[in-house]
Amino acid sequence: MNSECRPVQACVPTAVGVVPAMWAVLRRDLRVSLRQRQDLLNPLLFFVMVVSLFPLGVSPEVSFLQQAGAGILWVAALLSTLLSLDHMFRHDFDDGTLEQLVLQPQPLYLLVLAKTVAHWLVTGLPLVLVAPMLGVMVHLDGNSIAILCLTLLIGTPVLSFIGSIGAALTLGLRSGGVLLSLLIIPLYIPVLIFGTGTVNAAVGGAPVGAYLALLGAFLVLAMTLAPFASAAALRISLSNS
Amino acid sequence: MRLMWQFFHKLGSPKWFYGIAGRWLPWLLISGLILSLAGIVWGLGFAPKDYLQGNSYRIIFIHVPTAFLAQSIYIMMATAAVVTLVWRMKLADMFVRSVAPVGAVLTFLALFTGAVWGKPTWGTWWIWDARLTSMLILLFLYFGVMALAAAIADEKSSARAVAILVLVGVINIPIIKYSVEWWNTLHQPATFKLTEKPSMPAEMWVPLLMVVLGLYLLFGWLAFVRMQTEILYRERRTQWVKAFVRP
Amino acid sequence: MSEQNASAPLLQAVDLYCERDDRILFQGLGCSIVPGTLTRVEGPNGSGKTTLLRILAGLHGGFEGEVLWRGESRDASRESFLRNLLYIGHRPGVKALLTPLENLRALMSGRRELDDARLVDALERSGLSGFTDIPCQHLSAGQTRRVALARLVLSDEPLWILDEAFTAIDHDGVAGLEQLLASRVAQGGAVIVTTHHALALPGMRRIRLGQESHCEF
Repeated sequence: MNSECRPVQACVPTAVGVVPAMWAVLRRDLRVSLRQRQDLLNPLLFFVMVVSLFPLGVSPEVSFLQQAGAGILWVAALLSTLLSLDHMFRHDFDDGTLEQLVLQPQPLYLLVLAKTVAHWLVTGLPLVLVAPMLGVMVHLDGNSIAILCLTLLIGTPVLSFIGSIGAALTLGLRSGGVLLSLLIIPLYIPVLIFGTGTVNAAVGGAPVGAYLALLGAFLVLAMTLAPFASAAALRISLSNS
Repeated sequence: MRLMWQFFHKLGSPKWFYGIAGRWLPWLLISGLILSLAGIVWGLGFAPKDYLQGNSYRIIFIHVPTAFLAQSIYIMMATAAVVTLVWRMKLADMFVRSVAPVGAVLTFLALFTGAVWGKPTWGTWWIWDARLTSMLILLFLYFGVMALAAAIADEKSSARAVAILVLVGVINIPIIKYSVEWWNTLHQPATFKLTEKPSMPAEMWVPLLMVVLGLYLLFGWLAFVRMQTEILYRERRTQWVKAFVRP
Repeated sequence: MSEQNASAPLLQAVDLYCERDDRILFQGLGCSIVPGTLTRVEGPNGSGKTTLLRILAGLHGGFEGEVLWRGESRDASRESFLRNLLYIGHRPGVKALLTPLENLRALMSGRRELDDARLVDALERSGLSGFTDIPCQHLSAGQTRRVALARLVLSDEPLWILDEAFTAIDHDGVAGLEQLLASRVAQGGAVIVTTHHALALPGMRRIRLGQESHCEF
């Protein structure tokens, strides 16, 4: 029994600060992901396979691939993220971890922010890391590949953040996966447009600093607003269970 | 202030709203029909020809009002979503649910008429014009709202979840519009703008305005009818509905 | 009630009304949770025991009425309320891929900073000696539940809400848990439980759900 304070009622439980609590959430999520290596690998394999469908299904011609390459990679990254979103809260929901997260004294949106960052680290970041290889396979030149990776680096976290809203809204619903895609795809369009547009501008030799800054603005916006919406949606989904 | 609160409170009562809506319905329908029919007949039959596009431009008397209304319905839904989240008013949620399909149909009509217009103007049914593309994405947003509304069984959870989605959507609409326009300049500068030219003669814009207003009134009528149905369904276990349905 | 116990109620429910799938679970339900008491929520399956606990814990929002924390609106003093609440639900919040030690560390991480020795000690006292480093997917249901219950040993929250606390726990475990609850109550803690187990502690209060929901003190 707790020997430090009795009677129990007299003690005021101290809470851990916000930052350590966010760290703890992040660390636990990463640890769980690392215990399921295959799950880590799946979105990545999906990404590679989807990209390889385009030369096979449309055209392996160098000129086509150079022109469409950035778009192909971006669409594949988007689909791959979309597939992984369903897991974002599902396991936590099933085993009760999510209830405990909601009942932590720290603000929920910050804890959700930490969870989303964890999601990006295990699904988005690997995509950015293999993108150069795929960039070579679609005949992009070195500079374009660098810009492409940069746009993915800024853009994939936006995908995770916006996606977290959909994942939270569809939590616990039977039709989860497809519904989630329906809700989220329209919201992904601006990121997709600027992601590929920036690379295409770079291919055309135009300066891309302003476009990258705009993508950065998307990231800041998504990072500050999406966790609020996701936290609210999580409370609703839990309330419904 | 107190009066306003009372009004607000009353507005929260589905029974009160049901009665009020019933009294408004015939007026909305009649005035809406008269205005929009008159506008359409004037526009299609009597307004002058466009010196560039000839008669084919006349579809703007349908296209512009539907597109206009389709967009403003989403804004109205977002306003209702705020009311749902802040004051938890049932009627606001019923409004969102009732008008989302209406918005989707109007968006589709705007796209369809745009395509019909595109054929003689551009020589092709569909063109990835910035406005058309934005409307297409708006249609997707409507589909998302309808799908989520249908997926959650619990009334209260569904109301709040849909409200969040609508708000997230409305924050995204300007971003989507802006990025689609940027994307469009990157690929193909639009040859024709789909909406009015700056110097539109009164014989053109007056009927256009009439159709827009008429369509708003018809929308109001349809929204009220659909909300009444929704009210009867949701309040089916209350005394007043039982008494109303089986007098 | 306040004559017997000088201390003010921790948690009060006022005029709760809740329906689910067109069925009224309870209406006009009121109760107040005072320090140093154990309250058992009783009722047949589907009578809304879990829902009531989730409403009290602030997880379920689909109800009418009010829940007060130390006399104030719970939603207004949410942070203070959550710092004082320990809730263990049907689903215990234990991750199958993590070991009991990692799970307990994660569960406590938002509340108190504890060194591993304390955590291991708590797990051992909850009957998990020798299992602290084995991923929970290899443990039995009862053992998994004990991981969550190890939080009780470490808890300094004055209010416990335990849903089906005794599920899947073996005979000895139940006895130990009963003892833990009794001594907690004796120290001034407040406990709300649901259980199908024949729990009878002296001074136990009941909230009966079903045909006629009421509180019985």
